[in-house]
Amino acid sequence: MQKSLLLGVEAIAQGAIDGGMSGVYAYPGTPSTEITEYVQHSKQAKELNIHSKWSANEKTAMESALGMSYAGKRAMVCMKHVGLNVAADCFMNAAITGANGGLIITVADDPSMHSSQNEQDSRVYGKFAMIPILEPSNQQEAYEMARFGFELSEAFGTPVMMRITTRLAHSRAGVSIQEAVAQNELKLPEDKLQFVLLPGIARKRYKMLLSNQEKFEAAAEDSFFNFYKEGSDKSMGIIACGIGYNYLMENYPNGDCPYPIVKVSQYPLPRKMVEKISAECDQVMVLEEGYPVVEELLKGYLAKEKVIGRLDGTLSRDGELTPDMVAKALGMSIEEGMEIPDLVAARPPALCVGCSHHDVYRALNEVVADYGTGRVFSDIGCYTLGALPPYNAINSCVDMGASVTMAKGAADAGLIPAVAVIGDSTFTHSGMTGLLDAINEKAPITVIISDNESISMTGGQESSAKGKLEDICEGLGVEKEHIHVLLPVPKKHEEIKDMIRKECDYQGVSVIIPRRICVQKNIRDQKIKKAAKARAAAKA
Amino acid sequence: MKTDMVIAGVGGQGILSIAAALGFAALDNDLYMKQAETHGMSQRGGDVQSFMRISDQPIYSDLIPKGGADIILSVEPMEALRYLPFLKKGGYLVTNSTPFININDYPEEEKLVETIHSLPNYILIDADRIAKEEVGSARAFNFVMLGAASPFIEVPFEYLEEGIRKIFCKKGDDVVDMNIKALHAGRKFAEEHK
Ligand SMILES: Cc1ncc(C[n+]2csc(CCOP(=O)(O)OP(=O)(O)O)c2C)c(N)n1
Ligand code: SF4
Repeated sequence: MQKSLLLGVEAIAQGAIDGGMSGVYAYPGTPSTEITEYVQHSKQAKELNIHSKWSANEKTAMESALGMSYAGKRAMVCMKHVGLNVAADCFMNAAITGANGGLIITVADDPSMHSSQNEQDSRVYGKFAMIPILEPSNQQEAYEMARFGFELSEAFGTPVMMRITTRLAHSRAGVSIQEAVAQNELKLPEDKLQFVLLPGIARKRYKMLLSNQEKFEAAAEDSFFNFYKEGSDKSMGIIACGIGYNYLMENYPNGDCPYPIVKVSQYPLPRKMVEKISAECDQVMVLEEGYPVVEELLKGYLAKEKVIGRLDGTLSRDGELTPDMVAKALGMSIEEGMEIPDLVAARPPALCVGCSHHDVYRALNEVVADYGTGRVFSDIGCYTLGALPPYNAINSCVDMGASVTMAKGAADAGLIPAVAVIGDSTFTHSGMTGLLDAINEKAPITVIISDNESISMTGGQESSAKGKLEDICEGLGVEKEHIHVLLPVPKKHEEIKDMIRKECDYQGVSVIIPRRICVQKNIRDQKIKKAAKARAAAKA
Repeated sequence: MKTDMVIAGVGGQGILSIAAALGFAALDNDLYMKQAETHGMSQRGGDVQSFMRISDQPIYSDLIPKGGADIILSVEPMEALRYLPFLKKGGYLVTNSTPFININDYPEEEKLVETIHSLPNYILIDADRIAKEEVGSARAFNFVMLGAASPFIEVPFEYLEEGIRKIFCKKGDDVVDMNIKALHAGRKFAEEHK
């Protein structure tokens, strides 16, 4: 059969489309972004009228997906791992309400922090919420699991988590596509109180979730994606989770691993398989991408079982797995190539030439120098690169929206003036609620919304902030005379500086909006326009 | 057959089109392939790489083990050296000689060339010049590079041509021909210099 060449994330998207999904909800975040983008560009999805517009943040996305599930249709919500922190309130409670139409929460973790602030493991959240977790080991499984996830979700009336990591997300392989199934009809939950989590109802629903645990475990035991592979050498057994299984097999390319293996791609852990391998083998090695979630569970606090993995140093405690790391753990010798010559210099990412954030930092640095450095709170986006030379301009980057509220807290402590630098999309994601706090207390902070009319760090998606920033700020209560829109270009350097200085001296909330479209976004938009024109001309 | 290669460059140089052509070449001929790439932060002018694996047997890992790559194909000379730990004994380093300088401490070009000359197997090719002067399109330098690596890739050359045809077919015959010309120019250089 003809195979399609798909990234892991694209395989999930295609699987969801073919699995009868009616809507995907998401806020961009590496390495999850391309799931939604794939649906947005899919002709098939367009014909099927599948929802794929971006949400303002992960919480609104999760809630919308839950709403679609309530209405009986199949929905997927996608985010990067830290996005689940933002959506966690809804996520945890959705485990209690349960799902009506199939609901999959796809979370992409980023071990080794290629593009993230931390490497948290979403399986911990899945376990916390006590819902089934799917963890594909390759692109084909990613496709099949997206389809299967909806069935699993509907069979048990529960949300299902799909957990992937960077490597699978951004690696391409041939995937066999199967026939699509139809979307669900609108169908409200039979119990009209199912989603009303008043204590009396929530207690009942929680007991149901608890009693479902055995069923979830039995499903994992029977799952097509989990298996037990016998091996003759019982000195060790290996539990390989998700793509950990690939790195194991990479070291036995002929499939001749002498040790028994439990391959886990569906949780909760298949208990019988785990019990068998631990009973038969002298030692159990756990290969898992991310935190030592399974290892810790098996080892227990008193470390009674002979379990080895990331906790005892057999494998590195942090960072993503690699085939070499696994080979070393298996006691195999690895032949590394030559060392990197000393003359090879680091090449960190940098702001593009002509980027508007340059103009903002150039001006801001000169002003801040007069007040003393260490007072600029920033956020997450391309502008975070202002932390690196030549600017060294910012003093924080923690979680989306934190610039505004950290500046407020610091100002409360007496660090006046305090400045926040935030992007347009980050502002509407989570900055505007914090701004309300600042306004209500008339905190002496200056908020610079560096508006490039784009969600650039993740590839130039449409920003929900577009054309709305001044109105939002004014609506929240920033005084009109302290809201300024500027054009960040080198020619206006002095003007920008004067404005920042003036507002830093104001003892209340001010918002400065330097606005110029992202250079890359502009190039892309022009290309799309040109292509559309050419198409129109060809038609005429 | 099995070829593992690291494709390297700087974010924005377009190494993914090389990987895409190879991917189609492999898939259309019922070979297995896996290709891991860099998205996100480092695409802003940082170092980027793609691990490309093609085989007639199933492939497990998306990553190539250290010391496991048959080829390093780099569109930038310093970036080529960054992946030496992945190069197999006897493997080939194929790199463009035109530097991409967006950092202050970029090494002296002479020293770079010296280091590359000290390697046992390498092709050092001015793909930018060949693309401009011999092919007639500066943009085609990526496929000059693929051509230069092609003698060491265990995929029939015609498959690579097909791959290029597939990714550029929507852009018209001129673009297809230009890039196939680039592929041939790169291959010719490598045959003469390997
Ligand atoms: C909770 C959370 N969601 C998503 C991300 C991924 N992310 C990082 S920066 C960014 C885009 C920010 O866009 P904007 O604020 O407009 O700044 P720009 O990159 O355009 O300068 C996104 C989506 C994240 N780090 N955390
Ligand atoms: S992508 Fe856009 S916002 Fe990001 S650095 Fe480049 S020009 Fe600036």
